[in-house]
Amino acid sequence: MTATKGRVTGVNGNMVTARVDGPVYMNEVAYIENQGRSLKSEIIRVRGDSVQLQVFELTKGIKVDDPVSFSGELLAVELGPGLLGQIYDGLQNPLPEVAEKTGYFLEAGVYLEALPRKNRWVFTPAAKAGDVVRRADTLGTVPEGSFTHRIMVPFNLYGDLTVKSIAAAGEYAVTDQVAELVDSEGVVHKVTMLFQWPVKRAVDCYAERLKPVEPMVTHVRLIDTFFPVAKGGTYCIPGPFGAGKTVLQQITSRHADVDIVIIAACGERAGEVVETLKEFPELLDPRTGRSLMERTIIVCNTSSMPVAAREASVYTAVTMAEYYRQMGLDVLLLADSTSRWAQAMREMSGRLEEIPGEEAFPAYLESVIASFYERAGIVRLADGTTGSVTVGGTVSPAGGNFEEPVTQATLKVVGAFHGLSRERSDARKYPAIHPLDSWSKYGGIIDREIVAYAHDFLFRGSEVGQMMKVVGEEGTSLDDFAVYLKGELLDAVYLQQNSFDPVDAAVSPERQKRVFGLVLTVLGTAFRLKDKDEARSYFNRVRQLFIDLNGAEWNTPRFAEVESALKAAVAERSEGLDPVAARHIETLER
Amino acid sequence: MKKVYSRIESITGNVIAVKAEGVAYGELAEVRTRFGASLAEVIRLSDDLVSLQVFAGGRGISTGDEVRFLGHPMKVSFSDSLMGRIFDGAGEPRDKGPTLDENLITIGGPSVNPAMRIIPKEMIRTGIPMIDLFNTLVKSQKLPIFSVSGEPYNELLARIAMQAEVDIIVLGGMGLKYDDYLSFKDALESGGAMSKTIMFVHTASDPVVECLMVPDISLAVAERFALKGKSVLVLLTDMTNFSDAMKEIAITQEQVPSNRGYPGDLYSQLASRYEKAVDFEGSGSITILAVTTMPGDDVTHPVPDNTGYITEGQFYLKNGRIEPFGSLSRLKQMVNGKTRSDHRAIMDGMIKLYAAYKDTLEKKSMGFQMSAWDGKLLRYGEQFEKGMMDLSVNIPLEQALDRGWEILADCFEPQETGLQTKLVDQYWPKKTA
Repeated sequence: MTATKGRVTGVNGNMVTARVDGPVYMNEVAYIENQGRSLKSEIIRVRGDSVQLQVFELTKGIKVDDPVSFSGELLAVELGPGLLGQIYDGLQNPLPEVAEKTGYFLEAGVYLEALPRKNRWVFTPAAKAGDVVRRADTLGTVPEGSFTHRIMVPFNLYGDLTVKSIAAAGEYAVTDQVAELVDSEGVVHKVTMLFQWPVKRAVDCYAERLKPVEPMVTHVRLIDTFFPVAKGGTYCIPGPFGAGKTVLQQITSRHADVDIVIIAACGERAGEVVETLKEFPELLDPRTGRSLMERTIIVCNTSSMPVAAREASVYTAVTMAEYYRQMGLDVLLLADSTSRWAQAMREMSGRLEEIPGEEAFPAYLESVIASFYERAGIVRLADGTTGSVTVGGTVSPAGGNFEEPVTQATLKVVGAFHGLSRERSDARKYPAIHPLDSWSKYGGIIDREIVAYAHDFLFRGSEVGQMMKVVGEEGTSLDDFAVYLKGELLDAVYLQQNSFDPVDAAVSPERQKRVFGLVLTVLGTAFRLKDKDEARSYFNRVRQLFIDLNGAEWNTPRFAEVESALKAAVAERSEGLDPVAARHIETLER
Repeated sequence: MKKVYSRIESITGNVIAVKAEGVAYGELAEVRTRFGASLAEVIRLSDDLVSLQVFAGGRGISTGDEVRFLGHPMKVSFSDSLMGRIFDGAGEPRDKGPTLDENLITIGGPSVNPAMRIIPKEMIRTGIPMIDLFNTLVKSQKLPIFSVSGEPYNELLARIAMQAEVDIIVLGGMGLKYDDYLSFKDALESGGAMSKTIMFVHTASDPVVECLMVPDISLAVAERFALKGKSVLVLLTDMTNFSDAMKEIAITQEQVPSNRGYPGDLYSQLASRYEKAVDFEGSGSITILAVTTMPGDDVTHPVPDNTGYITEGQFYLKNGRIEPFGSLSRLKQMVNGKTRSDHRAIMDGMIKLYAAYKDTLEKKSMGFQMSAWDGKLLRYGEQFEKGMMDLSVNIPLEQALDRGWEILADCFEPQETGLQTKLVDQYWPKKTA
């Protein structure tokens, strides 16, 4: 706490005005003393001796003249071993521990330590006395779940430091000293496994940023094949309510091929977080065979929790993601929903009586969104290993209209756009990512050219479909009609995926390639068909076979059986395969 | 130190300001006017100037009227004697019963810790196939009924209230027409549900500020009953009136409006009410069904739009039927895997075919030739609307599923339905008999 003292002079919603008697920092954390509680808040504006604070709690009960004290620190999170598997609120309070203290409800002014102080970690030193180290260099390691957690030089110790002493191998708590470092001015810094880092500053301890190229496999066909996301990349999922944004995020959080997943449930439904919370400990991570919770951190500031903490929650989440990136791990951050975060900014901006921009969002909306997404990236660390933070954010545009400020600001800065459509979700076509509107700038598991061949059928099929609405089926040629049916087939059996089916829920890249090859065969084949009714019933049969194929487990006799039935069904009416498709299929099989 | 202030500095709409000291944000005061006493709530503090929102409205308040601060926020009495009673938005009796002032509880309390929530797991049966089969209602769910003026939404609400298997019903009426209030009362009384019902009703002619209190009071009472192990169903009608009341106050307060005049925190305000829906581990639960009328049948209007992002799905009530498109119960997956093995397949399959029927209908209306497939779809669509969608259909889930298979078998060949062969083998009605 600094020597500066303040007194409350006004309350308006979650904004409190106070008069201060000394120096304050912008964005400093302050505490309002009220009825025996200390309410956490942040300075968001300074005008003369009057400061405006956004309070991270309900402001009911605050009185004029309540004392305010100032911490001298920016809003920061604790970093160290023990973050994995935790459930935090937007300010990094561990919610299960809060529940032990206050029961069913969240009482204002209860702040607990983010990292358990009692846990003891088995420390193995990596540096030795006399070594010269810089920030984020490894001093030692502790095992955390299936990961080797690097105990690093705190990111806030700048310059060259000499190791004066380092703890011997053994068990330590996070607050025990593990090293003493001497800086160039001879000051000795006592280092523990735990240190703090301000959430709104990007962690910048790396050698260089690399271009994201390696695909991050999500096991969702539509994403991996058509609109891939790269490790270290960014993507957004805008969609009207009910289109399946959150379900898509949940599927990704389960099946994504990354080391660590951080879920930031920002201003959304509490119920959805609970599903993750209760189910993850029971689910196994197919990569490690351990509980999924061991690779997950949940930051949850749901819609009914105080708004200011919601704004902080995405930063809390991304800071922890960057911390694990520094250990050479691939981290995926899922933010649901960035619109709620933007709305939190809007509420505050309104209370500050700032001049509103479009739809009353503040004028700095775009730059804030851009700098958040820019915290994603794949980096080469000082020791040569690489680590990445991939950011996927959902956007909840008002009225489902993508022409609104948050969606537009987000589209400018992301590498892939998975636009969900109401039309597709109404027709129960899940995932409801619109295959014609969406795009990705990253390379996926299947060559772009091959994907484009299939995508073309979607496009042409949809065109024929539109045309048929005008000229009717009778006005459409049989060839066009076949294209239409092929487009529909691709949609039904490859784009759509049943996330509740145990087999279809997660499809390996290997299997995706195999099934995509089969789909290409159907798309590229000219069929002998008498009329449209026959065409329709034939394609219905093929579709049925594909659906059965999607439900059959990989590498089983059942899969082989359906696959050959499918091939036989195609051969039965084939009048030859398009050489381009044949070439693509060959490439795929190689 | 119940000091009385007798100088009102300003009166703007329903908001008055007085100079006072030691007042807490959110505190309640009593304003004595020549029309009687009214409650008022502190909504802004700025140095010694205290702004209060007067429940009875600003009309007729004199600058010399007395303001007395009560030293506590808005409270409501809670006890078993609430059962069967009717109150207004300020918690005063609207029936002829006595005023209750024992065991006062604070309204608008803190949020439930997400870590203490449990996964919803019990369905609430309503006997309406469009709900039970296609969009199952689940205990602790929050669902709005999106509708337009003129649709029978209040009737639907009353029917669900009477048929749903719950312990207590709390009905919160906001801006209700007086007739609607009376018909609710009649319906619940004649249906024998009044004894387990508590009503907080703000009618269209009551002061607008009281409208804002209705959801908080209703939910505070519901929460207490839920903590005592009761399963509570809260029915709110109409949340659009509530939002409009909020808009009215925000505008008089000179807040920067965000979208069509609504305040920027509309989402958070609605969410803090809806999020009270909860299933307490080892105790009771709160389920919320709330009517939201869509001005101009426009779902992108800020109120239905924000609501849709908060609630766990929505029912569209259109032309007296619950529409299969757009209607969604997000929690149905939690329960419909445990009912019958064909539940999910029938649910998805029938809707996909109904969507195809709608396309065909469009084609037909434009005068195109109908193929054999189109003919089948038309036949299907008609049967689906009659046998499933009609609100008068009142059958349990299992019977509805059987009816689904019958309709499918009557119209299609198994492979045309896109259903897994395994299910078809098990459930497809045999051609005999």
